[in-house]
Amino acid sequence: MSYLRGIAAIYWKDVLLEFRTRQSIGTMLVFCLTIVVIFNFVFEPGSEAVREVAPGILWSSFAFAGILGINRSFSFEIDRGGLQGLLLCPVERSTIYFAKVLGNLTLMLLVELVTLPIFAILYNLPTQINLPGLALALVLGTLGFAAVGSLLSALSANTRAREILLPVLLFPVSVPVLIAMVKSTGPLLAGRPFGEVAGWLRLLLGFDLLFLAISSIMFPYVVEE
Amino acid sequence: MLEVRSLSKIYGLRYALKDVSFVAQPGRVLGIFGPNGAGKTTLVRILAGQVRPTAGTVSFFGRQASGDEPEVRRHIGVVGHHTFLYDDLTAVENLRFYCRMYGLRLGESELLARLEEVGLASRAHEPVRYLSRGMQQRLALARATLHNPEILLLDEPYTGLDQSAVALLDSLLARERLRGHSTLLVTHDVEHGLQLADDVLVLVQGRITASGPAQQFSADSVTSFYQSQGEEAR
Repeated sequence: MSYLRGIAAIYWKDVLLEFRTRQSIGTMLVFCLTIVVIFNFVFEPGSEAVREVAPGILWSSFAFAGILGINRSFSFEIDRGGLQGLLLCPVERSTIYFAKVLGNLTLMLLVELVTLPIFAILYNLPTQINLPGLALALVLGTLGFAAVGSLLSALSANTRAREILLPVLLFPVSVPVLIAMVKSTGPLLAGRPFGEVAGWLRLLLGFDLLFLAISSIMFPYVVEE
Repeated sequence: MLEVRSLSKIYGLRYALKDVSFVAQPGRVLGIFGPNGAGKTTLVRILAGQVRPTAGTVSFFGRQASGDEPEVRRHIGVVGHHTFLYDDLTAVENLRFYCRMYGLRLGESELLARLEEVGLASRAHEPVRYLSRGMQQRLALARATLHNPEILLLDEPYTGLDQSAVALLDSLLARERLRGHSTLLVTHDVEHGLQLADDVLVLVQGRITASGPAQQFSADSVTSFYQSQGEEAR
């Protein structure tokens, strides 16, 4: 019970701080929409080319915007000594990790929720999008990205070049997630049935579970000096 | 009771602490003195479970701690160089957050009472960023004692405090002593520290160079240990 209490307390604190400052979500949204709008000028809306590259554009914007939020999730704790305060509390240290994963997942999903309709309109995507399948793919993919990102953010937050280090560490490790996301999002955006991408979604689920388990074990060592 | 045995910490090739042993008794204040770089903060951080020692053991109430046990941390309160507060949360929100982390069920009125104790009840609903450094330090004291810890680790707690806040902290130490709690007080203000401490530990270059009841020491004798040990090292 104290485990869940710890996760809930840290998550709620992060949500409240973000609600007050809007530092992460604002930056992430602007960045994400900028990428989407820029690529809109490159491709003819509704063309075959757009359908082929749409998942790539979408996930590039989500991933780069996500890095901004993930980076800040630990850097602001380090700058103010908050992480030391959290480490003093009588909760398992992995609760901090899971709270940060949840926080990053929430932020990224909010950005995706706002971006997706705008993306669909700008690129004139077909109206028969497989929404339940796409929602599941987004949640699984974003969870995988946040799971790896939160651990690496804690790792890089103590370094001087953390803004540079995080993407350098995160992108190679999250390649399986990004590939699976792009491969599953394409057919779902075209309204294809869920069964066509079930293999990719299973891969995402496996990746999520594996990295959540490994990261929760490694996290206490990452934050300890 | 807090017992430290043969504690060492190595950073790279340098000993931050070497073979440090002492006991902090209940109801007593242990004053820890030493020049910059003596290892005082490293010692506090090891005791708080933030840093793992290279060698040696730390026991709380007769039970050896590994440094990663949540239950041990429940008995410890820490005031360090950072306040561990969130600038964009109000004073009362900060306390409420730490209450949740410690599994305490304190209502609004109880939290306000805690803020009253440190003279901040009137600023309870202001974001911490608008409080002065001294006020933030007072709030950090309220945070550190929120869960009524049996062991209080204070690393330079007087930094940024005005005279009234210093008196407030002194009274808090007296209260902790009466409650039978152990307090470790790290301070550069040797004269003031000696007034408050029951026992003294002098750390120089990671080693204990002197220890004993506070009555045996004067401010001059403590600082003379810094110099003599520094010269020996050279």
